[in-house]
Parts: sequence; C-alpha cells; structure tokens
Amino acid sequence: MSAANSNIRDYPGFRLLTLVFFLWLYLPIAVVIYYSFNDNRLVSVWTGFSTKWYASALENAALMSALRVSLTVAVIATIFATAIALVSALVLTRAQGLKFRRVSETVVNLPLLLPEIVLAVAVLILFSQIGLQNGMVRLVLAHTAFCTPFAFMPIRARLQGMPMDFEEAARDLYAAPLTVFRRVTLPMIMPGLFAGAMTAFVISMDDFITSNMLNSGGATTLPVYIFSLIRQGTTPELNAVSTLLIAASLVLATIVIVLNARAMRREG
Amino acid sequence: MSKAFRFWGLVPAWALMLLTLIVPILIVAAVSVAERGAYGGFTWGFDLTSYRQILFTEGWTDELEFDPAYLIIIGRTLAYAAGATLISLLLALPVSYFISLQSARMKLILVYLVTLPFWVSMIVRVYAWLIILGNDGLAERAFRLFGGWDVPGFLFTPGAMLTGMVYSYIPLMILPVYASVEKLDPALIEASHDLYGSRWTAMRRVILPLASPGLMAGSILVFVPCLGTVLEPMLLGGGKQLMMGTLIQNQFGGARNWPFGSAIAMLLLAMVIGVLILNARRALARQTEVAP
Amino acid sequence: MSRQSAIEIAGVSKQFGDFTALDHVDFKIQQNEFFTLLGPSGCGKTTLLRMIAGFETPTQGDILLNGKTISDSPAHRRKINTVFQNYALFPHMTLAQNVAFGLENLGWAKGDIKTRVDEMLEMVHMAQFARRKPDQLSGGQKQRIALARALAPKPEVLLLDEPLSALDLKLRQSMRDELRRLQRETGITFVFVTHDQEEALDMSDRIAVMGHGRVQQIGAPDEIYEAPENRFVADFIGETNFLDGEVTALDGDTATIHTALGIDVTTTQSGVTAPGPAVLSIRPEKIGLETQAEDETREGTVVSRNYMGGFTHYTVEAGGVSLRVSRRNAQARADRIEVGDTVTLGFQPANARILGQ
Repeated sequence: MSAANSNIRDYPGFRLLTLVFFLWLYLPIAVVIYYSFNDNRLVSVWTGFSTKWYASALENAALMSALRVSLTVAVIATIFATAIALVSALVLTRAQGLKFRRVSETVVNLPLLLPEIVLAVAVLILFSQIGLQNGMVRLVLAHTAFCTPFAFMPIRARLQGMPMDFEEAARDLYAAPLTVFRRVTLPMIMPGLFAGAMTAFVISMDDFITSNMLNSGGATTLPVYIFSLIRQGTTPELNAVSTLLIAASLVLATIVIVLNARAMRREG
Repeated sequence: MSKAFRFWGLVPAWALMLLTLIVPILIVAAVSVAERGAYGGFTWGFDLTSYRQILFTEGWTDELEFDPAYLIIIGRTLAYAAGATLISLLLALPVSYFISLQSARMKLILVYLVTLPFWVSMIVRVYAWLIILGNDGLAERAFRLFGGWDVPGFLFTPGAMLTGMVYSYIPLMILPVYASVEKLDPALIEASHDLYGSRWTAMRRVILPLASPGLMAGSILVFVPCLGTVLEPMLLGGGKQLMMGTLIQNQFGGARNWPFGSAIAMLLLAMVIGVLILNARRALARQTEVAP
Repeated sequence: MSRQSAIEIAGVSKQFGDFTALDHVDFKIQQNEFFTLLGPSGCGKTTLLRMIAGFETPTQGDILLNGKTISDSPAHRRKINTVFQNYALFPHMTLAQNVAFGLENLGWAKGDIKTRVDEMLEMVHMAQFARRKPDQLSGGQKQRIALARALAPKPEVLLLDEPLSALDLKLRQSMRDELRRLQRETGITFVFVTHDQEEALDMSDRIAVMGHGRVQQIGAPDEIYEAPENRFVADFIGETNFLDGEVTALDGDTATIHTALGIDVTTTQSGVTAPGPAVLSIRPEKIGLETQAEDETREGTVVSRNYMGGFTHYTVEAGGVSLRVSRRNAQARADRIEVGDTVTLGFQPANARILGQ
C-alpha cells in the first residue's frame, strides 16, 4: 500500500469516509430486515429467528386493505401519468417550432419543483371546495399529478436520445403516422416508457404526505397506515411489512436502473 | 406531426396540472386571506389576519403583541434545511470524488448503490432510523458497548432530525456532484501538482471550482425538499420541534385553522420559488459570463 | 428534352427564420440518371434532398415527380426512398424485417414480400445475415442493408444522403463501385448528396454544384472540372490558381485578359459581360515547368516543394505572383527541381479559363 499515497489523485481518508458512508446508507435497511426476523415481541431484544411476523402481517386485515388501496391507486395513477407523460413528451420533443414549449415543459415538471406539503394542502382544499368526497378518486387524481413528471423524464430522455432519422426512415418507407408510432417510435422508446411507468408506480406507492392529507375512511394507503402503526409503537410486524416494502422497492429500482444503464450504454 | 396532435397532445398535461396544481394553489392563496370561521371553517373575504398571526398575537385587550413563536419555527426550518444541505455537501464531495476515481464498472455499481436506498419508501427509511436511534436502540447500545458511557437518548434531538433529513435527500446531492467531478480531467490535477501545488491546493483551486456547478445544483435539490419536510420532524423530532411542513400539517389536521395553514403554505411556496429564482438567475449570470 | 424528367425542382426556396437555406433553385433530373448534389456543408444540398423526400416543405416553389407536383403529399405517400447518412436501420428489427418494412406498409402480399426481401438481400450479398439485428453489423454491411431496404419497394427515385461518409477509406471505394452497379442494374434514378468532390466526379452522370443556397453549375463531371462557370466552382472543385487581370477584349465565349503575370491570354470565358477586372483560372497540373513547348511562358523561382509520392507540388513565384504547380512523378529518378531553382513556367491558353469577378 506504499503506492497508495503516491497517486496524487488520492486523498487520505476519502476511502474510509466513503466506506463509512455506504455502511451508514445501508445500516437502516439492514436493521429493519434483521429485526423483522426477531422472535421477540420487543423490537430491540433478539431472542431467535422467526418468520411469524410476516404471517401475522399478512393476516392483518387493515394492513391488507391499505395495501389494496395503495396498489389500486398506484396502478391507475401510473397508467394515467404514463399516458399523459408519453403524449406530452412526444409533442415536446417532436413538434417543430412549437409555441409555449418551455412553459409546457415547466408545467409538466411543476410537481417536482414545488414542496409536496403545499400541493397536498392545495388539493385537499380543492376537493373539499368542489365537494369531491370519494377518497379513491381524490387519491388517484393527486397521485396522477405528482407521478407525471417522474414518468415524463425517462420518456423524454429516451425520445431526445433517439435521432429523428428512424421516424423519417419509417415515413420514407410508406408508414402512415400511426404506423410510425406503433412500429418504430414505441418499440424504440419502450425502455424509457417502462422505466417511467415503474418510477411513477414506486413514487405513488411510497407517497406519504399527500396521501396522509387526503386520508379518509376507505382510502388509507399503506404508508399512511404504517405511519399510524409507528405512532402506536414499533412492533416486529411493522418490521416485516417494511422489509416486504424494501424488497419490492429494491427489485423495481434495480429493474429501472439496469434498464436505464443499458439504454445509455447502447446510445453511448 | 399533425397540427391536431401538437395541440391535443399537450392538453391532458395542462388540464391535469391546472386542475390539481395551479388552480388549487390559487385557491390556497384565496383561503390564506379568508376569514377563519367557527369549527375550523372559513368564509371568503380579504383579511390579512392569517399573515399577521405569523408575527403577532392578539392580547387580552385586542392589542397586537409581537410573538416570535412562528418566526422561530420559520427560522428553525431554514436552519435545519441549511444544516442538512451543508452536511450532505461535506459528505458528497469526498464520496463523489472517490467514486469518480474507480474503474468504469465499479463507478456504475457505486452510483447504483447510492441511488438504491432512495427508492425505498420514505416512511420506511424514517422508521428505520426510529429503531436505530430509539430507546435502547442500536445507537445507544453501540455507545454503551464501545464508548462505555450512557447517552441520554438520541431520539427527538436535532441530531436525529438532521440524520433523517440527510439520509432522505443525500442522493440528490451526490448525483449532480458526481456528475461534475466525474468529468474532471485528471490532467488538471496533474498540472496543479506539476505547478508545485499540494493535494489541498489541487482540491481548493482545481477540484472545488470545477465541481461547484454540481455542488450548487445538489444544494438546491436538497435544500428545497428539506424546507417542506414533514416526516422527520414528526417522527424523529417527536413532533415538538415544529417546522413549517408540520405546522401546515397541523393546521389542516388537529388545529383546523385553514386560513392560517394556507398562509404558512403560501410563505413556504414563496420561499421555495425565491430559492429557485435566485438559482436560475445565478445560472443565467454564469452562462452570460462564459459566453463571448 | 423529349423524355419526362424524373424530378423537377421549380423555383424552390427555403427559409429557416432569417436564414435562407435555398434561394430560387431550378433544375431537372433525368430518368435513370445518377445525379449528384455536391457542395460544402451548409450549402443547402441536404435541405433540398429532405424536401424531395418530404421531410421539409419548401417556403416557395414546387417539386415535381414525373411531371406531377408532390409538394402536397406527405413523405409516406411519395414513391421515393432514402438511404440515410447513418443508415437509420431499425435496431429492434432483423435485417429481413427492415427490408420488408416498406413493402408491408405498401400492402404487398406476404409471399411477394418474402420473395422480394430474399431477392434484395441476395443483391447486396447479405442473404446469410437475414435474421441478424443491425447492431451486429459492420458499417459496410449496414450500408448494404440500408440500400436493400430503400430499393426493395422499387422507388421511382432513390435519395442518398452522404451514404459513404461513415465508412473507412478502403470500403468507400468498393461501395462506390457497388452503388454504380446497383444504379445500372435497377435503372432507378439516383440523387446523391455529398461534399466529397472525388466521389461526385467518380460516380455521377451529372453534378449540380451548390453553394450559398444556389445551384452554381450543372454538368457532367469533366465539364464541371475543366469548364467551371464561376469562381466558386473553380475553387471548390479541385485546386486552381486565380490570376487577377483585366479583360481587354471580349468576343462572345472568348476573351483576352491581361494578367498580373504580365502576359496576355486569349481563351474561353464565363461570366464576363464587359471589359474590366476578371480572373484567369489555371489548374496546377496544367502548368508545365522547364518546357519550351507551351504557348505562354514566363520565368519564375521555386519557393517551396512538397513531395507527395505520385505527384510533387511546387510553389513558384513569378512577377510577384505565386503559382501552385503540380507535376506527376512519371520516372522513379526524374530530374529534381529544388527550392531556389529558376524555372520556366508554361501553359496552353485552352487549358485556362477566364472567369468573372
């Protein structure tokens, strides 16, 4: 290791700091997973390995109902958000001499720029003013809005990275506009579309602030329900649910990240 | 692309954002100047009471008394957001720089590892820290074991809140910083050494200036969501240390003062937009400086 | 011309904001012709090609295919196909699917498509790769598939947008021959865009030299090279010496110019409408050194010498004018001319040309 310090690009301590950083980054996740297999009712007292908390979590009707709400909202919001993001991205990247391009792009990305608590308050007041009572509809509308930019970004990136040549070649080969889209544009942006939809889904599933603000009977999402459990105190069952959520998130994230990396490599 | 599609393609996005965002925010602005009614309701009107309430309370005889309580909350919000941003920045620079020195494959893996926890549900991430920092939690026991001394408890301290906030948003700092550090030409550092500069000269006069666009972008990306953060103060701060996000939340929950909650929300919105505008102007000034 | 022209460009202009890409362009491309649009980048040649294909619309003017206007029909209704600069092969389709794509859109029967695809892949010697994806191909192979795909629907005109620019030097030469062969075999009108004059001279039946958004000259390769109509063409195609001078006598296509070299030359002219300032263009290889046989001679001093293998280039100063001269090294041990030598310069007036300012 005598050579380590001779490389002028190395800085002493950076390696250790990075190592500690990554440990710190994964410590909480590891802790939750570890304790989810704890036999003891007390979270911090380890008495043996058990999967009973998973069983009890899966039997918890309120929990399952919250999961159902979350999944329903996430699926519908993802479909809407991805569709809206797709048509917006098509126009914003492909239309020539478009007016209001900058403004439109900002509008699509607006939920990313503003604090979520403000947006949550805003939709809450709106829905109460127009008398929209249905909890699911309220959630779907709000989630669609803040999921749209997350679906939009990878789709737009993909469209921007795809030269117009391919679509022109298709038109040149007698493909009508819809055929061009179906047979060339869509298959070529599929990874971006998929990544966008997955991101939107994860964002919707994870949301707490807006869902909590709009929380009403029959429309309690999983994060909001978990929050109420946390308020009652930490339990191993909570760890089991969290572990399942972590696993789901990490799998989806890995798919999205790998897809993005592969797409970038192909272009690069 | 047909004219019809150029138009109709953008209609859904505009309609969605107008309906669920732009119009609602205008309504919030209207509610913030409405009069508070009985039982948490409000009546439309133009009344600046809610904004006045940020600085003054009404005394027994209706006179206004300066009350810094809410000003303290605003100050605390700014302080925590700035603190979390600073800590993220100090961590992100060495970590990003170290990652940038690795092989192409290793870089990919490490960047993936930085982003991965970010995908885990916010509530789960905050909850995890609750376990670690909680009573008789991992942190306390580690201190007892290695340090040999008892600590009074980490939870509900500023440290716990900062830990949670940094943990929540640090990937947003690392990614842009890494992006700018990674582009750094190694020859520049060699040139700095060649010209008799030490490692720290290279850091201060070569690496830092070249990484500054990333540091600036990362700071904005961390600072802005920290201003509106809700979960960390509620769970890790124990709800006692109010921040603007939780204050708003309370006005629409238990306290039921919608006009006041709306006023705070407008203030928070103004602060965020202010930061974004300042940043945009700085970026613009930078651009025009570079241009011939 | 009795035959119907394949493409007619009629008074076409194209404006991008304040920038004029094309300025009143007018010409006709004949049936079965290998026609080249040649010019430096930004001269408007690609814009013109894209307008023929239907990707851009003219700001003014009309484009006709076989005598009928196509300005109003979109790209996918024009019986014109394009070979793109970067081939634009669909990466998610096999080579066979790429070639079949146009036929499917034209509504060909399944069996016919298969026969045609096989035939096309055979024609470009790529039959054994039918099931591969484009990213498994080399540049030359992609080029062949792009050609097969564009020729498969039997277009009336084939447009080629700098198709050889992405290939390496060796491959480029063989692809030139291949393109000529395909053009002759299919009898389809080729419109070829390039900035490479050698390519253009080698392959084309006729060349349109474009510059500053206008057609500068149209003609066969030797006409373009030997009889340039203006300074732009003489300068852009090959190398030349411009000698400033004064036209003293003008008689239709011939004129007499008094050059800076101090000699008077009478030869063909272009663009001179009245006696006055003009230039004499004479190409480096048309100037002899040390030879007494030429009609116009002058003494000069060699100031630089660049040995290029097949040729040697000299710069010779004569009467305050600097001239580029190139000499073929026909003998392995030819007489060497060194820097500082005094030489006799000579050229035949018929090899020079007087051009308007």
